[in-house]
Amino acid sequence: MDIFAQQLVNGLVLGSIYALVALGYTMVYGILELINFAHGEVTMVGAMVALAVMGALLGVAPDLPGILVVIGGALVAIPACILLGYTIERVAYRPLRQAPRLAPLITAIGVSIILQNVAMLIWGRQYIAFPPILPQATFQIAGAQVSALQIFIVLLSGIAMAGLWFMVQRTRLGRAMRACGESREIASLMGVDVNRIISTTFIIGSALAAVAGLMVSAYYGLAHYYMGFMLGLKAFSAAVLGGIGNLGGAVLGGLLLGVIEALGAGYIGDLTGGFLGSHYQDVFAFLVLIAVLVFRPSGLLGERVAQRA
Amino acid sequence: MSLHTFGWSVLALALLAGCSQKDDGKTVVRIGSVAPLTGAQTHIGKDNENGARLALDEINATGLTLGGKPVRLELIAEDDGAEPKTATLVAQKLVDAGVAGVIGHLNSGTSIPASKLYNAAGIPQISPSATAVKYTAQGYQTAFRVMANDAQQGAALGQFAVKTLKAQKIALIDDRSAYGQGLADEVEKAVRAAGGTVIDRQYTTDKATDFSAILTAIKGKGADLIVFAGMDPQGGPMAKQIKSLGLKAQLLGADGIQNGNFIKLAGADAEGAIASSPGLPLDKMPGGPTFKQRFNAQYGEIQVYAPYAYDAMQVFVAAMKRADSADPKKILAELTKTDHTGVTGQIRFDAKGDTVGGAVTLYQVKNGTWAPLATVQ
Repeated sequence: MDIFAQQLVNGLVLGSIYALVALGYTMVYGILELINFAHGEVTMVGAMVALAVMGALLGVAPDLPGILVVIGGALVAIPACILLGYTIERVAYRPLRQAPRLAPLITAIGVSIILQNVAMLIWGRQYIAFPPILPQATFQIAGAQVSALQIFIVLLSGIAMAGLWFMVQRTRLGRAMRACGESREIASLMGVDVNRIISTTFIIGSALAAVAGLMVSAYYGLAHYYMGFMLGLKAFSAAVLGGIGNLGGAVLGGLLLGVIEALGAGYIGDLTGGFLGSHYQDVFAFLVLIAVLVFRPSGLLGERVAQRA
Repeated sequence: MSLHTFGWSVLALALLAGCSQKDDGKTVVRIGSVAPLTGAQTHIGKDNENGARLALDEINATGLTLGGKPVRLELIAEDDGAEPKTATLVAQKLVDAGVAGVIGHLNSGTSIPASKLYNAAGIPQISPSATAVKYTAQGYQTAFRVMANDAQQGAALGQFAVKTLKAQKIALIDDRSAYGQGLADEVEKAVRAAGGTVIDRQYTTDKATDFSAILTAIKGKGADLIVFAGMDPQGGPMAKQIKSLGLKAQLLGADGIQNGNFIKLAGADAEGAIASSPGLPLDKMPGGPTFKQRFNAQYGEIQVYAPYAYDAMQVFVAAMKRADSADPKKILAELTKTDHTGVTGQIRFDAKGDTVGGAVTLYQVKNGTWAPLATVQ
C-alpha cells in the first residue's frame, strides 16, 4: 500500500509540474486559439536565468539562506521571462494575427528553436546543476516519502490555478480576456484594448513559466537548454487532455497525465509479466490521451464550441 | 625544385631557425574524429575530440614522413549528436572527404551503424569509448576499440556486486540505448553466473529526468543494490531521487556515470555511489600523470575518455608509420599487428578488433570525488 501511495505522490508532483506549464498554454489558447509552442522554452529560460542569478548570488554571499537565494533567482527570472514572452508576442505572433492559423504555429516552432539555440550559446550544452541550498527534509504521509519541495510544487499549481481562475472570472481584466476569446473584433468595438489584453496574457503566462522552470530545476536538481522541449510537449498534451482553453482542465489534465505516467511506469512491467517494460510509460500516457480525444474531442472539461465560419 | 626537396628544406629551415614549422609543401593526411558535440553528452564528446587532437598536435610538432614525404595530419572533427542517424550521415561525409581513418564514434549506438559505412569504404575505425559487444562482433575487419567492452565491464560489475558487495537483491535499470541495454544484459548474465538474484529490471530513456516511478517500484521489491546502465545526465538525478525516496539501496553504475558531471548533478547524494570504468585510474595509467599535465595545459580538466582517444590516435598513426603510407588498406594490415605502449596501458587487438586483457576499475564517490576502490582484470 505504501508503494501505491508513493507512486500517487510521484504522479501528483509530476502532474503539478505539467499543470503549471499547461496553464500557460491554455491561457494563450483561450484568447488567441494559438498554440504557443515557445512556452516550453520560456520555462527553460526561466530556469536558466534563475540558476545564473543564484550562482552569482552564492558567489558574492555564500552564507545567504537558501530560500532567499531562490527568491533572488525568481525575482530576476520572472521579469526576464515577462520581457521574453512580451517580445515573442510582439515579434512573432502579432504581425501574423490576421494570417491563416498555420502561420503563427510555424513562427511559434521557429521561436522555440531559436530560444533553444540561443540558450545553448549562452549557457552551453552541459547540464547545469541546481545548487544544494534547499533543505532536504522529508515527511512520511500515508506511508509515502514526501519532501517540502514536493508539497510546495503541488500547492503552487493549485494556487496558480485558483488565482488565474479568479482573475479571469471575477476581474475587469478577466472579463476583457474572455471577451477577446469570444471575438476580438467585437471586444475592440466595445472599447477593449485587444493588443494590451493579449500582451497581458503573455506576460502572466510567462511569469508562471519562469516559476515553473525554477521549480522543475529545483526538483530534478538540473537545468538544460533542451529541458523545455519535452516538458512543453507533455504540458501541451495535458492541456489538450483537460480541454485546451480551460484553466481547470489544464490542471486536471496535468495531474491525470502525471499519475498515469507514474502508475504506468510503476506497474506496467509487473502487470504484463515483463512483456512491456517501464520505458513504455509515455506510450501508456499518450494512449489515454488518444482514447479521451476519441470520445471527447474537446478534452475532459472542454466545452463544445460551435465552429465559427 | 621538387615538392619533396622543397618540403625538406622548409623543415630544415624551420628547425634551424627554431621557429614554428610552416605547412607549405607538406602533404595533408586527414583523420576523422566523431563524437557528440551538441546535446547532453557534449562535455564527453569534446573531451574525446581534444584527446585525439592532442595526439595529432604532438605528432605534427615532431614531424611525420610517409614514403619519404613530409606529412601534416589534419583532424576533421565531426558532430554526430549521439544520434545513430546523424552518425551514418557524418560517416558518409568523412568517407567522401577521403579520410585515412576515423577515431570514433563516442557512443556504441553511433559507432555500430557508422562502422558499416567505414567497412564498405575500407577505412579503419578505432573507437576510444564504444563498449557494446556488437561493435566488433559484426565481422568487420575495419572496427577496432581501445577499451574493454561491455562483456568485460558487465562481468566485472556483476561479479563485484555479488562477490564483493554481497548484494542479495539486485535491480537493474538501463536507458534503452545500445550501450545501456547491452551493458545491463551483461551484468544480468554475470550476476546469475556468480549466484546472485536479479529481482527487477526497469527501463528509462536517455532523455528522462524523472525516475521516481521506477525507483518506487524497485523500493517495493526491497532491492539492496541498484545497477544503472546509462549516462550521467540520468544518473545524477537518479542518485538524488534514490535518496529522497528513502531507498537504502547502493547505487552501482558504469563508465557512463563515472565522471565529474555525475557528482555535480547529484550533489551530496552522489556520496557513496560506486561506478566502474574500463582501464586503470588516470594516476595508475603508465602515462597518466604526464598526460594529465599536457592535457590540462591545453584543454583543462579531463572528463573521461580523453586518454583513450589520445591512445587511439597514437595507435592509428603508429600503424600509418609502419605502413609508411596513408593508404587505408595498408594501415589496416599494420593495425592488426599493433603492440603499443600507450597512456592507458599496453594495447593489442584480438582477431575481432577488441583490446586484449582490458582492465576494469571500480570507483566510489568519497568527499565529492571518485576514489579508486578496486581493479578487476
